[in-house]
Amino acid sequence: MAITYTSGEQVEVYRFGLPATILIPLAAVFLQAWLPLRFQFFTIFDLPLLVTIGFATARRNPLAGLFTGGLIGILQDALTHQPIGLYGISKTVVGFGASSLGIKIDVENAGARFLLTILFYVVHEIVYFFIARVLVSLHMAWSWPHEIFSGMANAALGLLVYALLDRVKQRT
Amino acid sequence: MESVFGRYRNLVVLVGVLFVQILGLAVQVRRARTQDSEPTRLIRVWAVGAVTPLEKLLSWAQTSSGNVWHNYFYLRGVRAENRELKHEIEQMRIERARITQDADQAHRLQALLGFKEQFISQTVAAQVIGGTGSELSRSVYIDKGERDGIKPDMAVLTRDGIVGKVLHVYRSTSLVLLIDDQTSGVGSILEKSRLQGILRGTSSGEVVLEKVMSDETVPEGEQVLTSGGDGIFPKGLPVGTVTKVKTGSDLFLNIHVRPAADLSRLEEVLVVTKVDEKQAQPDQTARVRAVDILAERLPTVPPKPNADAAKAGQTPAGQKPGVQNSAAPAASPQISGTQISGTQKSRDSATVGSAKVTSGTGGSKVSATSAQGAPPNSQAAVVKKNLAPASASTTQTRATTKPATTGASFPGNAAPGNGAASASSTTASGSTTSGTTKKPSSKPVNPGAPATAPKPQLATEGPPQ
Repeated sequence: MAITYTSGEQVEVYRFGLPATILIPLAAVFLQAWLPLRFQFFTIFDLPLLVTIGFATARRNPLAGLFTGGLIGILQDALTHQPIGLYGISKTVVGFGASSLGIKIDVENAGARFLLTILFYVVHEIVYFFIARVLVSLHMAWSWPHEIFSGMANAALGLLVYALLDRVKQRT
Repeated sequence: MESVFGRYRNLVVLVGVLFVQILGLAVQVRRARTQDSEPTRLIRVWAVGAVTPLEKLLSWAQTSSGNVWHNYFYLRGVRAENRELKHEIEQMRIERARITQDADQAHRLQALLGFKEQFISQTVAAQVIGGTGSELSRSVYIDKGERDGIKPDMAVLTRDGIVGKVLHVYRSTSLVLLIDDQTSGVGSILEKSRLQGILRGTSSGEVVLEKVMSDETVPEGEQVLTSGGDGIFPKGLPVGTVTKVKTGSDLFLNIHVRPAADLSRLEEVLVVTKVDEKQAQPDQTARVRAVDILAERLPTVPPKPNADAAKAGQTPAGQKPGVQNSAAPAASPQISGTQISGTQKSRDSATVGSAKVTSGTGGSKVSATSAQGAPPNSQAAVVKKNLAPASASTTQTRATTKPATTGASFPGNAAPGNGAASASSTTASGSTTSGTTKKPSSKPVNPGAPATAPKPQLATEGPPQ
């Protein structure tokens, strides 16, 4: 795997082993389904989204990012009673965007990760809202303060998740 | 062309993947509107099969550790608690006896009115093992599925109230749609005002009662019950409490309801696997009129003594000497009819045999007939039975079934309150009551003749005096 260069700086590309590639998204979807029943406040978090962003920014491969995001989203959709594709489409877009942006900028430091997570959380919610309202005709309310607050909460949790992902990623 | 694809390869793939997903979404939405088939069943089965075993394992571990702690380690104060519980059980036994009587009475009344009774006859206890992780899909997974007899559209409830209905069933798990989901709908009725509506969830997780007209008055705090109209939930189950009532933008009220069951802390639920519905069959006792029930409370009337036995001075069969007629003279007074003079304002009336006893606030006067020779204050002619309270009124009374009393005595107090029963011994045949009274076709009493037991037809219609 060739090392990508951006603006003269060396940007490293990482890969994940097969067990991590399968088990981490599964664990994220499982925890997202299980924890809110025990801790009500956990509903504002989106662990599968954080894993999608973490994988995408580490791999820095748009195709890998969109497929990873799409599969995680479809898995998340399959647990709900809503049509499959709501989360799938949203996370496909986020996976593609995060990996594309990861090529352009340095996403190794905590500040960049924090801001990136807020950005992609909002993008994810906008895409999800649009699909739910337009394609599926579901009633949804949009609140900017709520979305910004949720984005910041997810970004804070994301720092922890990305730190855990850093431990299992392998340099190519 | 090839160079363009190569240059924008990532974007082309992205558009292609999004197009496929949007197409699949459209197909699902269209199929969901037209038919009940589930085109994504296979994907859901795989996803549920991948996630729920871990959820089950964790739930089992959590329950087991909790049981170990509570059953083996945390036993402080168990003896004192045991004593309190025993005392509580005693209190509840007493309460249960009272409630059982009320329930029996309610069943009799339902049978009288020909209600179709609906009752839950079989349930399956299940444990909530996980959720969906989406605010747009308010549903939970339970650890019981197809092999446990769970089927779609079965009602799910807790001891506090309804929870939702079974939506998807897998082999060992099921997805339960909660009542606060925006795609759910429960036929509901307000407990006191009896207004019916549809209970729905909102995107924010609130529960509202819809389709109640805005000109109706719904007080806050009123209980909401299931109406049974949706065919899923049996009638009368608690749904929640009205917390806020607002006038909606259309013709309907916007009634916010707090669910009776805590939907955010579900652990164990009951799935209603069988609901029986049958027409209530009125039993024998249900056909008995109120006056007859009242009459049954009075002492039984012994059968007419056999003429030979009377001559021989024997006790009539079935009559326990010294019980019913213990106060009667040896020569039993022969009552061939009853004259009852109800005074004004008497509310309660009951026909007992040929004696119509009236009691009320205005003072009642009960005149039982007795044979000649019986002393005026003979107990055989005194109506003492404590009849129904004054509030129990019987407006139409027909005495057609009971035979004439023969030497009847009525221990008890006939007229509660200021209506002291003044019993007088008269000789009469037939019955007269104040009001419209049909005299029985009886002959004048021959004091020496045995009782002929005429059947007086008392027809007191119209408002009680």
